[in-house]
Amino acid sequence: MSVQANCPACGAPVTFMWSSAVQTACPYCKAILVRHDVNIENVGEVADLPRDASPIQILTEGIFDNRRFMVIGRLVYQWEQGGWNEWHIAFDDGRSAWLSDAQAEYAVSFHVAPQAPLPSIEQARRGLAIQWGGLNYIITHRTEAAYVGFEGELPFRTTSRSRMVFADLRTPDARFGTIDYSETPPLLYMGRQVDFDELKLRNLRMFEGW
Amino acid sequence: MATPAPVVKSRSLNCPNCGGVVELRGFEHSRSAVCVQCCTIIDPSTPELKIIQRFSEKLRVRPLIPLGTRGNWHGAPHEAIGFQVRCINVEGTEYCWHEYLLFNPYKGFRYLSQYDGHWNDITTIRGLPTFTQVSGRKAVEFGGRTFRHFQHAEAQTKFVMGEFPWAVRVGEKNVVDDYVAPPYSLSAEMAGGEINWSQGTYVTGAEIWQAFKIKGTPPTARGVYSSQPSPFTGKPGQAWRMALLLLCGWAALLFFFVISAGNDLAFSANHHFSPAQGEQSFVTPVFELDGGNKNVEVELRTDLDNSWAYFNLALINESTGQGFDFGREVSYYHGVDSDGSWSEGSRSDSATIPRVAGGRYYLRIEPEMEATASTFGQTPRGFNYTVNVKRDVPSTWLFWLILPFLIIPPIITSIRAASFEGRRWAESDYAPSGGGDDE
Repeated sequence: MSVQANCPACGAPVTFMWSSAVQTACPYCKAILVRHDVNIENVGEVADLPRDASPIQILTEGIFDNRRFMVIGRLVYQWEQGGWNEWHIAFDDGRSAWLSDAQAEYAVSFHVAPQAPLPSIEQARRGLAIQWGGLNYIITHRTEAAYVGFEGELPFRTTSRSRMVFADLRTPDARFGTIDYSETPPLLYMGRQVDFDELKLRNLRMFEGW
Repeated sequence: MATPAPVVKSRSLNCPNCGGVVELRGFEHSRSAVCVQCCTIIDPSTPELKIIQRFSEKLRVRPLIPLGTRGNWHGAPHEAIGFQVRCINVEGTEYCWHEYLLFNPYKGFRYLSQYDGHWNDITTIRGLPTFTQVSGRKAVEFGGRTFRHFQHAEAQTKFVMGEFPWAVRVGEKNVVDDYVAPPYSLSAEMAGGEINWSQGTYVTGAEIWQAFKIKGTPPTARGVYSSQPSPFTGKPGQAWRMALLLLCGWAALLFFFVISAGNDLAFSANHHFSPAQGEQSFVTPVFELDGGNKNVEVELRTDLDNSWAYFNLALINESTGQGFDFGREVSYYHGVDSDGSWSEGSRSDSATIPRVAGGRYYLRIEPEMEATASTFGQTPRGFNYTVNVKRDVPSTWLFWLILPFLIIPPIITSIRAASFEGRRWAESDYAPSGGGDDE
């Protein structure tokens, strides 16, 4: 499954744990590496990640809907009331998803193709309903955020986006979705909110005094 | 790989206002930390330790759960890291409650609220409540439960201590709508145009004192709290079912007695009474009353019409001469007035004598009639009547005697249950008086 390469910046061996990874960081020289088929391009240097208190880390393992996954990457977002993590998780079957951790509230979502055109960024207001899989999803939050860091393997290139708009979707039964307006057309992620215990996470970070 | 340190260190900071040490318990989650020495709210996430607010030290309130206390709560250790006092103003009266922020680095945050000794365990909810109506009032459906709207109010933060994962400010106001389905409650807080929902579960102070090993005893709960489970939940139904069961059993028992009663006609005779004849005492032929001590019913059926009659009766044992004396009035009136036709009384009556020994008996009958019936110069009209003597008649008086004793308990339980609900809703927007009471 994993792919071996050498860092074009420092020559150190770089392992892509997930065969579909597009971007990673050299663990030695912190170069941002983007994969083009067989070539690997150095596109810059990763910034230091802000200190955070997520219990999850790269290589944390867990179970979602009876399928094992491993955390292979992370995007860190900042918005006016704080930050949150989108952990990139890869399942045994090669699929990947996002495990979001916002102040220890967790949700898992998958990138999906919209079944109908998504509302435009201007239309995406609280209370708007969106159909998905025969269910009504309501936009409950609209958040403006920016990347403040990334680590590990990602399914796309993180180009610098200072301002991104997200619309969070909810249903009465804890299904969860996000419309990501950082691309055109917008991206849709669908999943559900999960309980910490339900994920049976292993290889977690430790907290001093706990 | 640039993985974070596997152990997250706790840290402390120096208050940029007074230089005092502020220990952080919420790691990097904290967006506000209060310096207890000088009542300054600091943003620990900023490198320069930005001061969010300074507030008056006169506002200090001592939390019942000291910050830093850890307890095993919902299957995991949780630490009290934040405390705030929030108040609503209802018609000029301030009602304040305390909120404790509980933290576990893996499971996140939850809250405990305390008002007048009533506690609620609160978490944010997954999923979205849907709006509905119950008897014309606002309500929400969530998790298979219907929560009835209780109160709409503006909550103002009056004091803060410890840490919070958002920027707190004393004086900040939020519009809150509370919904209840005891022991659960839902709160919708408006913040920045968005609704944040949380669900509370009523808990006792004793549970908290035990979990967090707090010294002393929790404050006594006063009054009835909006989401307090009623001690009468299901009780009226239970009481009514029990009463119905007893009633059925009692009725079945009586039915058995009724069908097993002999109900034999021992004597029957038709007579005519004419007032013109004056005193008309007479005795009936002797009849046999069989068996042991059983009851005897003497029934009088008349054809009285807008008139009354009085019967002096005696049931006399032929051999001993001992008798049972009794009197019976029969009156029957009817007519038509502005309300329509009416009637009063009955043409027949009966008397039951309990425990009459078997033997040979006769009746002495002395009828009297309404005097006026013979004073208007008309020919006095008499009346016809039948006397029936029945042996061992079924009696149901015991049933009616017991009935109230069976239905009083469920009535009392129902009244008490309704009174509890009344006290609950007296604090709501839907109080009959139109505001909170002053209990």
